[in-house]
Amino acid sequence: MADVDWATSTVEAAGTKLHVMRAGRGRPLLVLHHETGTLDRLPFYDALAAKYDVLVPHHPGFSRSERPDWMRSARDIAVIYRGLLSELKVSNATLVGLGFGGWIAAEMASMAPSDLAKLVLVGAMGIKPPQGDILDLAITGYIDYARAGFHDQKAFDKVYGAEPSNDQLEMWDVCREMSFRIAWKPYMYSQTLPHLLRSVRAPALVVWGDEDKVVPPSAAKRYVEALPHAKLEIVKGCGHCVDMEQPEALAKLVTNFIA
Amino acid sequence: MHLMYFTEQPMSAYSEQAGRDFGATALMFSNKHFDPVAGSRLYNNYIEQYMLAEEVGIDGIMLNEHHNAPFCMQAKANIFAAILAGMTKKVKIVMLGNPLPLAENPIRLAEELAMIDMISKGRLVSGFVRGGGQEQLATGVNPAFNRERFEEAHDLIVKAWTQTGPFRYEGTHYQHRVVNPWAVPLQKPYPRVWIPGVISKETIVWAAQQRYPYIALNTSIEQTKKIWELYDQVALQTGYVGGPENRGYLIQVHISDNEEKAIENARQFRWMQGEFTGLAHPVWSTPSGYGSPTNRRAFVEFAAGRAINPRGNTSFEQQMADLRIIAGTPKTVVAKLKRILEETRPGILALWGNDGRVSQEDSLTCVRLMGTEVFPAIREIAKSLDLKSPFESNAPVHLNYSTDLKKSRVAAE
Repeated sequence: MADVDWATSTVEAAGTKLHVMRAGRGRPLLVLHHETGTLDRLPFYDALAAKYDVLVPHHPGFSRSERPDWMRSARDIAVIYRGLLSELKVSNATLVGLGFGGWIAAEMASMAPSDLAKLVLVGAMGIKPPQGDILDLAITGYIDYARAGFHDQKAFDKVYGAEPSNDQLEMWDVCREMSFRIAWKPYMYSQTLPHLLRSVRAPALVVWGDEDKVVPPSAAKRYVEALPHAKLEIVKGCGHCVDMEQPEALAKLVTNFIA
Repeated sequence: MHLMYFTEQPMSAYSEQAGRDFGATALMFSNKHFDPVAGSRLYNNYIEQYMLAEEVGIDGIMLNEHHNAPFCMQAKANIFAAILAGMTKKVKIVMLGNPLPLAENPIRLAEELAMIDMISKGRLVSGFVRGGGQEQLATGVNPAFNRERFEEAHDLIVKAWTQTGPFRYEGTHYQHRVVNPWAVPLQKPYPRVWIPGVISKETIVWAAQQRYPYIALNTSIEQTKKIWELYDQVALQTGYVGGPENRGYLIQVHISDNEEKAIENARQFRWMQGEFTGLAHPVWSTPSGYGSPTNRRAFVEFAAGRAINPRGNTSFEQQMADLRIIAGTPKTVVAKLKRILEETRPGILALWGNDGRVSQEDSLTCVRLMGTEVFPAIREIAKSLDLKSPFESNAPVHLNYSTDLKKSRVAAE
């Protein structure tokens, strides 16, 4: 991994202590991770930190952030992150949402359209796919589910190891429980979000792996229809977790889009 | 001693090979393998078994409920309870129980149970359960709020049974602006509530805090003793002394007039690939948030195939040796049950008599011998051991109706 100096801190927003990683200089970028939580370091984060001021908070109830028992929706997380940006005095950030994090990013964009530089959604949940369904965590094993995010299984091995540790399994279970608490029904989407996205004025980039087995690519078209200034990029030979499977390619797409 | 007959009501006509090919017999195992013609025959067989149970003097019929699996045909325990309320005259209708978290409207449950209690002229025992992990997924209910919904639905039902309406209920998971059900239970203050369970300590603690009898489901003698140790400890902290009236036990017991045949039929307790609730993906049986956080590590390791099932998984022979399965003629069965009664001292005992593909003829023989030979002997043993049921000891329905609480309760609070 590149030599990037990540600072970790705990920031409180809406009474919830959030674990926040931050590195790099430049325009602010808020990166929102998947429903499987996140590792502390990933090549994609490092690549972005080479050019931008990158913030990677751990979602409340996921990975290293504490669980607010009262929380009931992905929209609640979006509001908390609006609070986080305000707390850190970061304005006009670009939001980069990965999978489930894409849903949160889209909610954030819809609730404050004037405080948004650009929006990047990668294999985003949050919208009911016109064809197919979002893969159900509840009936899929921990490793099977995480592997389903990758088209190239060797890329999975590189990130998590061929046999993920028991600590990793336990962390996936914690993340899974929080996903259930806030996104159980309807499962991993909002029925109102597509309508609310019409107020987003900022340019949006919608990225999808053409081999996404977690969120059907039909959802990409729905996002592009809903967002007034969106363009679509399909990453060939790539699964749901574009950020972990093809980090350089995704970083390049994001960088070109922001420039 | 309160003595009951129980059957899971197995859907024994499903294609066993199809189950093996699919690799599971629960939740996602297709209902195309359910044959309603066989289903109709089997439901009526079970009614015949229950009617015989009453005829031969058995005290209670235990009912339960499961979904999406061949191991239990009761998709709604209240339906069989209603049938028995109308068709029987003496037996207690013991529901162990209604899975509360599955209810989106607990008031409907309160109404149904009140109707059953009135129609049966006060013979309802209204047990409540959390429901297995798979039941949450089969009914689309969020497993992460299972325990909260269980406790809240319980509180709401008891309130609907004990406070006159109309009133308003604004809870975390349930909100009802008008609660005023016109069907209320015949039994006062309300029908007895018994709580069955297997592994969750939280449920044992909760049951003891309510002073509800806890029914240990087919646990080993050692496990059962540990359950009573915890229950009794919580009881003392709560201000009362736990005893046989707080203890129930369900055990797999097949009785026949022939030892070999009994053992052969008892193998049917393991009829679905050795898992009495059917073979399931461990992720389905323990969805995230459903179990106790203290068991999280053990279950994820099991789910990934790296550790044994925390619920235990032992062979037929081992279960026979551990007295978790008992089979034989009445004489053999009574001797073995005596040991369990002596060691674990329950006041409520349910025999799970028949399972799997045991024929209706053998099932009826089992029920007949249970009522005419085994239970009379057990009653005598229970008398000599002073094992009284909640009915015999006139135990309070709930802690709130206790008249004997010690001061330590105040200290505990």
